[in-house]
Amino acid sequence: MIIPAMKLGVLFSGGKDSVFACYRAMEKNEVVCLVTIVSENVDSYMFHTPNIGRVDFLAEAMEIPLLTWPTKGEEERELEDLHDAIAFAKKKYGIEGIVTGAIESVYQATRVQRICQNLDLWCFNPLWQINQTDYLRLLISEGFKTIISGVFAYPLDESWVGAEITEERIQELERLQGRYQINPSGEGGELETFVVDGPFFTKKIEIVKAHKTYENYRGHFVIENVRLVDK
Amino acid sequence: MILLIDLCYEKESLSRYEFVDPIVNVVKRADLSYEAVHFTELDGNEAERYDKVILCGTALKDNAYAEQMELFSWIEAFEKPLLGICTGMQVVGSVFGGDIVPRSAIGLDQINIVEETPLLGDCREIEGYHLHKYGITLPESFSIVAGTSDWIEAFKHSERPIYGILFHPEVRNRWIIERFAEL
Repeated sequence: MIIPAMKLGVLFSGGKDSVFACYRAMEKNEVVCLVTIVSENVDSYMFHTPNIGRVDFLAEAMEIPLLTWPTKGEEERELEDLHDAIAFAKKKYGIEGIVTGAIESVYQATRVQRICQNLDLWCFNPLWQINQTDYLRLLISEGFKTIISGVFAYPLDESWVGAEITEERIQELERLQGRYQINPSGEGGELETFVVDGPFFTKKIEIVKAHKTYENYRGHFVIENVRLVDK
Repeated sequence: MILLIDLCYEKESLSRYEFVDPIVNVVKRADLSYEAVHFTELDGNEAERYDKVILCGTALKDNAYAEQMELFSWIEAFEKPLLGICTGMQVVGSVFGGDIVPRSAIGLDQINIVEETPLLGDCREIEGYHLHKYGITLPESFSIVAGTSDWIEAFKHSERPIYGILFHPEVRNRWIIERFAEL
């Protein structure tokens, strides 16, 4: 049976998981839009928030249309907003399915699956249950450059804020996983990331101005100004 | 050597990362050898070359396997351990005469184990991850291992080590796959 390539939308935060999920979706299908939910709640249950305002640069670097959709970020109510955003993407871009970067979160995966079922869309989770440290190494070997844009857990100190994910950082995360049970990929909310380059990017992101905030194992790398530069 | 059968809508589909690779990871972690093959590429007698077989699940909208059920007739005579997960359970049940019926569930839920078996162990409640639109009725030569006659969560062939489970053991219940590998 020959199945034509599907038109897909990617739930997109600019973090490594949604960027890598997009990369995998593009192997055999057509990603026709990125869907970004912009939450007013920095502790959103569903949506990655640090530096979400910079995703338009990423979408431009990836040459994929971006659909942004606001939400107040209240638990469960934000799911109605996500439903509306995906329904709009189906209508505007003709998507046949949604792609997410969920790895372990049954909470997120369950809710997106239900929305897709309700809207008669395919749902793909190409990072589902992946070995997290293998995945971090895959990101590097495939040519992604990822910045840690936020830390939110003990014992991640200030040195992690704004650092690039490197082999040394992965080894340290493996050590912390064994000792403190943190998720190396940060899906438990331990850390957030922002991707500045990838193998399918037509341009890369240069961070022109940024600053760090850090107190009591909570830190942000606040990106104030970026620009796209040739690769 | 374990054979993992990919039931997704096409070979090397985007779904395989979600429904085949997580099983591969469990098998790899247990240091077991395996091969993953798409169901359309499996020759009728090929499964006999392996010690055990796992039929993996598919996405909710994926019913491509159901249009090619003749490719699974070999299961009827298969004597070695075989585990059908979700869609794989529907395939196993269909081969032995069960009917695929609407049974929609998404997310974590309690599963009541009602028969002690080498695969799921003692009778008790466990929590499992569901992602299915359909279930299967009980074929004649099978007994219910978990769930009820209206909603079968797991079944077993009465004479052979052939199992089906409706929920996804690769999520929160990897021990089931590890235990299957030891049958």
